[in-house]
Amino acid sequence: MIQKVRSHQSQNEALLFERSSPGKRAWQLPELDVPAVDAAGALGAANVRAEIEGFPEVSEVEAIRHFTRLSTWNYAIDYGMYPLGSCTMKYNPRINELVARIEGLAWAHPYQPEALAQGAMEVMVRLEAALAEITGMDAVTLQPAAGAQGELTGILLIRALLEKGGNPRQRILIPDSAHGTNPATAAIAGYTVENVKSTAAGVLDLEALARAVTKDVAALMVTNPNTLGVFEENITQAAEILHAKGAMLYMDGANMNALVGIARPGDFGVDVMHLNLHKTFSTPHGGGGPGAGPVAVKKALEPFLPVPRLKRVRGKWAYDFNRKRSIGRVRAFYGNFGVLVRALAYILAHGGPGLRNATVDAVLNAVYIRKRLEAHFDLPYPAPNMHEVVFSDERQAKSGIRTGDLAKRLIDYGFHPYTVSFPLIVHGALMIEPTETESKLEIDQFVAAMISIANEVETDPEMVKQAPHSTRTSRVDEVLAARKPVLRWKPA
Amino acid sequence: MRYLPKSDSERRAMLDACGVASPEDLFAHLPEAVRLHRPLDLPPGISEYEIVDYFRRRAAENADGYASFLGAGVYRHYRPVLVDTVVSRGEFLTSYTPYQAEISQGTLTTIFEFQTMICQLTGMDVANASMYDGSTAVPEAAMMAARITGRHRALAARTVHPEYREVLRTYAKNQGMPVEEFGYARESGAVDLEDLERKIDDQTAAVIVQSPNFFGIIEDVKAAAEIAHRRGALLVMVFTEAVSLGILEPPAADIVAGELQSFAISPSYGGPYAGIIATRDPFVRQMPGRLVGQTVDTHGNRAFCLTLSTREQHIRREKATSNICTNQALIALMATVFMTVYGKEGLRELALQNLAKAHYLAENLKPAFSGKFFNEFVVRAGAPETVNKALLKRKIIGGLPLGRFYPELADAMLVCATEMSRRADMDELSQVLQSRAAAEVLA
Amino acid sequence: MYPENYRYTKEHEWVLAEGGIGTVGITHHAQEELGDIVYVDLPKPGTQVEQGKSLGSVESVKAVSDIFAPVSGEITEINPLLADAPEKLNEDPHGAAWLVKIRLSAPAQVPELMTAADYQTYIGAEK
Repeated sequence: MIQKVRSHQSQNEALLFERSSPGKRAWQLPELDVPAVDAAGALGAANVRAEIEGFPEVSEVEAIRHFTRLSTWNYAIDYGMYPLGSCTMKYNPRINELVARIEGLAWAHPYQPEALAQGAMEVMVRLEAALAEITGMDAVTLQPAAGAQGELTGILLIRALLEKGGNPRQRILIPDSAHGTNPATAAIAGYTVENVKSTAAGVLDLEALARAVTKDVAALMVTNPNTLGVFEENITQAAEILHAKGAMLYMDGANMNALVGIARPGDFGVDVMHLNLHKTFSTPHGGGGPGAGPVAVKKALEPFLPVPRLKRVRGKWAYDFNRKRSIGRVRAFYGNFGVLVRALAYILAHGGPGLRNATVDAVLNAVYIRKRLEAHFDLPYPAPNMHEVVFSDERQAKSGIRTGDLAKRLIDYGFHPYTVSFPLIVHGALMIEPTETESKLEIDQFVAAMISIANEVETDPEMVKQAPHSTRTSRVDEVLAARKPVLRWKPA
Repeated sequence: MRYLPKSDSERRAMLDACGVASPEDLFAHLPEAVRLHRPLDLPPGISEYEIVDYFRRRAAENADGYASFLGAGVYRHYRPVLVDTVVSRGEFLTSYTPYQAEISQGTLTTIFEFQTMICQLTGMDVANASMYDGSTAVPEAAMMAARITGRHRALAARTVHPEYREVLRTYAKNQGMPVEEFGYARESGAVDLEDLERKIDDQTAAVIVQSPNFFGIIEDVKAAAEIAHRRGALLVMVFTEAVSLGILEPPAADIVAGELQSFAISPSYGGPYAGIIATRDPFVRQMPGRLVGQTVDTHGNRAFCLTLSTREQHIRREKATSNICTNQALIALMATVFMTVYGKEGLRELALQNLAKAHYLAENLKPAFSGKFFNEFVVRAGAPETVNKALLKRKIIGGLPLGRFYPELADAMLVCATEMSRRADMDELSQVLQSRAAAEVLA
Repeated sequence: MYPENYRYTKEHEWVLAEGGIGTVGITHHAQEELGDIVYVDLPKPGTQVEQGKSLGSVESVKAVSDIFAPVSGEITEINPLLADAPEKLNEDPHGAAWLVKIRLSAPAQVPELMTAADYQTYIGAEK
């Protein structure tokens, strides 16, 4: 059996609180160079807490062992490929970690005088310009903390522009293939959501769209390529239909990894879009965050961007807070600066030609996977795919095996699963995105693993159903976790 | 390019397997009209050494080697060396959201520990796996209160961080949630409880109070909570200086929304940080954000997994409690390591050192408000910007001039002293402020 | 399987009308589709509900489903069993795991709903 990653069974470790013992310590502070102060006197006796009950007390050695042991239970990009569709789990360059920690950047306070923040401001201006060039848009805000927040910002910008025209409108159209954040975002922005069906080929149905776009529709939220990895070939016509009725086209930039250097959303009719720096631009996922979700807009939306904006005044960078039409702030300060530094480092490392080459490799890897697996898994939508490919579990379902089971078995082969059961327009979807930072060897091993699993479904389906077999933890009881939630440790 | 692990011959072999003649053919199906027909207008890629050089030069254009007395929501605290050691491990840094529990127990376990420690610190029953930051945790808490009470108004104290209130307004506007503010007492710098009484009504979902507040003053959260509860509203307590919880009694709040930047998260010019929302058991299903729960695997071994996911966007879609997709996992891990290193005694000692430093500084500077404070306070400084210019000449960044947020305090600045503040720098700050004050009296 | 004296909706709820009170639940078919049920969200007694509008929801680990009121009226009782034991809804959806009782404001709505036979045909066609 192909197994390229050892399973993580080598370490056992309890919780910090179970390792804790009164009096153990991992800290030491310098002696005070000022007099100590009586807490009750300074704060008021009623305000002083007795102790932090249950808080751990461990030594430095136990602390480092605790976290090191726990870390060995994780899969990571540093170990191998994550074929997760629409997640773009590419290599996280280590130089990015180094530059983000340079003292003058890492210790910069957002309120330090502008004269002493020119370096940070220059970094942000440079990144804004690079992202504007990549997306073909006119202006960029770096304020949103994540893709979902960028999305919300984008919809609020649309609302603000329409409100200026007298009517914010009521509805937002979303394709049935969309990611869950899209309708959630629209609802939080105060719009009602209307689903637009895809064609049998899995792309936007222009006729359905034309019927749905009335003067009450504010925008269509689209992902391009869509969640099937297929380019929306009718996107320019869709934009025209929307613009003719005074509506706008929002693009979810989650799949930008298929477009950088090849096509620019600003050139095919997009009015506003967000980017995920933790996807296309390599900033690390860190187990679930932080990310950053810059928003790029066409000129018409620029006045509404979150405040402040950066401007050049007498040869220096300065903040412009005097933005009367701005939608306001979507978060305190200027953005996830530490993430922005990493994204800029990635862009500098690749450069213009390099970014395009990365896109070509990303698409080549996905098309290659499609070619090698289409004899073994059902491919519901035959249109050419770009950086990701979506299969369905239909063939395997005949033996009672679903996409979730196949995914769990993939773990035994040393890979993280692909994206399971999404998009919803494919029954039992397997959504696979390798990214450009995977070698031919890694991809061939992945393909071999998938083919082997397809064979196992025929010969030993029960074994596949019980997978994974080689991990430290077998399948967890999610039903119990939801029925009887235990969300913190408590002493016995 | 060093991040692209394919040789030309391998590319050729893959193209052949796809039946594709050249890489450009991979894009042949795209409509001509959408194609970019020129190279991106970006300079060619550079080496690691040049990248470091670029950012070092930017860093040098920032403040370098200055003492700083800025707080105002972002605090200078020592970062234990273990923090970066742990988060630099590839298994934590480069791992994905822990949807596949079997191969994510490292992340899931640390988040469970994080959730526990936040509960212990805040005195709440349950905490989520972090929000983007403190500023966005506030509107999330307000919307949560609206869902729980079925009401739609929010009342925020003016002593809540001004930028947090701006964010609240941006979010609330689109949720049909009017936000009103209540003032502070001129003498103490704490909230004006009478103003709160006057403004609260039967449509108020949340009363939002920060403690220590933006001026550094410790609020009587219990009194504010009593007023809120009498009218059927919930009390949302906000904190921006997490170290204060090392010594301050956790408040009797219904929802706590806070910022953890003080726990070994680099100031990093404003982000990334990590916020939290913590609450009492009955409200858990209305809480936004990821949650990790304890369960068992098929062999009965303890294991952890993401749970109560039906609150979240990827399932509930337009009915979700929030559209948030991320938690700040790596940042929360920094805070977890910090809390582990300091532990029960260390966090208390750290808080006491902050108290001592700030109160030493306050002896010479005379705080403008009479209320009790933790490690920040307001001081009158005539023309704060001019004072700060004088301080900069001595390589000291002074406090935050308050005029930009509170026009009535245009002659004041907010100064913060932490365990990192040195006596010599504090003495110099006092000297400059006192001499300027004397100069103004004489003028 | 499907009691003759119940009436059924297209959204897979059932109602049993007796003396002006309608007992409401979800059908066996519904609980099967949902999988292991982890939580049931029900309105407070006293709430007015309207036929066809959502009165609450049922959650499995991976999905949420609205419960649509089969009839209009006022909620008089909610089943106390389900707060601690949502799994009962999988075990006995037509009996012990009823969801709410409604004081009917328009009793004529009941006979217009599907009979057991119609409902079985309906779900057979759905497959």
